[in-house]
Amino acid sequence: MPIISPGFHGRRPTDGKKLPPGQYETYDFPVLSTGPTPHVPLETWELAVVAEDGRRHTWDWAALQKLPMETPTVDLHCVTKWSKFDTEWRGVSLDVLLADVETAADFALVHSYGGYTTNLPLEDLLDGKAWIVHDYDGQELAPEHGGPARLLVPHLYLWKSAKWVRAIELRLDDEPGFWESAGYHNYGDPWQEQRYRGD
Amino acid sequence: MARAAIQGRLGDRLRWRTAEVEDRRTESGTATTLVLSVPDWPGHLAGQHVDVRLTAEDGYSTQRSYSIASVPDGEHLELTVQRIEDGEVSPYLVDTLLVGGLVEIRGPVGGWFVWQPEQAEPVLLVAGGSGIVPLMSMIRTRSSIGSRVPFRLLYSVRDPADRLYADELRKGSPGLDMTYVYTRVTPDGWPRPAGRVEPDDLARHGWPPDFEPTCYVCGPTGFVEKAAAYLVLLGHSPDRVRTERFG
Repeated sequence: MPIISPGFHGRRPTDGKKLPPGQYETYDFPVLSTGPTPHVPLETWELAVVAEDGRRHTWDWAALQKLPMETPTVDLHCVTKWSKFDTEWRGVSLDVLLADVETAADFALVHSYGGYTTNLPLEDLLDGKAWIVHDYDGQELAPEHGGPARLLVPHLYLWKSAKWVRAIELRLDDEPGFWESAGYHNYGDPWQEQRYRGD
Repeated sequence: MARAAIQGRLGDRLRWRTAEVEDRRTESGTATTLVLSVPDWPGHLAGQHVDVRLTAEDGYSTQRSYSIASVPDGEHLELTVQRIEDGEVSPYLVDTLLVGGLVEIRGPVGGWFVWQPEQAEPVLLVAGGSGIVPLMSMIRTRSSIGSRVPFRLLYSVRDPADRLYADELRKGSPGLDMTYVYTRVTPDGWPRPAGRVEPDDLARHGWPPDFEPTCYVCGPTGFVEKAAAYLVLLGHSPDRVRTERFG
């Protein structure tokens, strides 16, 4: 039984929107990262998908821009408790980037410029569930929010949506990423409130 | 980026614990320290935070994270909470929750933004506003174990009334150098004009990059974004600059 806090009323989300357990709605866009924001010039930017046999599929900025774009509108849920509804993005579906990749991998380890990593099952990147995005709210994505391009996997806590994405390493085994090695949950489903290891 | 510290105790499920407010201390016009007694508290590292959960009578509940201000000390834990004017949780913690009141907490959380006594390198702490809280835990931990690791603190506040832990910091600690930067109002006769932290402040009051200090930067997003970028600009390796941002 939870402790009731006498005199605490709290706020419910407006418009009947549904929040995952323990979350609150925010209207601004908080920034969470572990160190200084890397600034990656577009001239040298590259995204790689690396299969388990070492084969690399790469896109430079111009090549990325030639791929079909989608404009997902999604809700974000950060493990630090804020949720933000109806955020508008523009980018390339991972289904497009992984279409020609031959792999037997079950897992992905995502690498960022700056050294951050995060892991997730490969199936969570497929079937319209994940994108490499470079526009937010009609503007190019700001560096502090992961620009020039970040991963967007909105059905998991936002630490899985790696900022400054550089490579997606496909793996047969599951290798924990940065926060996953530091006590956070390996999967991170906000609706199951999988914040920390063992949740 | 180095691997985050892995703690054995974080391997166990972090369960909600009932904390009782043992004492309250006013730290500034808008900030209060809650001294909590938490049975079976597993201990924490300097810099970690906890999740606080409030539940209303109809079952609605919400959570926020608050940094731990105190040194590891058995079942006692101190959180300093800054009241946010239109906040959902902080006004309750600062204004409504009295001594003897109960609140649920879970933690400790966070294995990256921590200082551990075995670290031998110099430390630069850069605080903006209530970003001082986890850094204060580092300062207090250093003092409590008699560590001689040199610490420097650059603490940015709007005006003198916003300083947290002012008396304690005034008394100081051997090997801890500290400087305030006032962004709006300075005390009388203060040599530096009011204004935001500039690279020059960090160059003057921080460590030279070739000393390879670990830099901990904590505060509001805009503050952290700038201060961390300045440190890199001054030659500090991004690997040695750890950040924690509020909102």
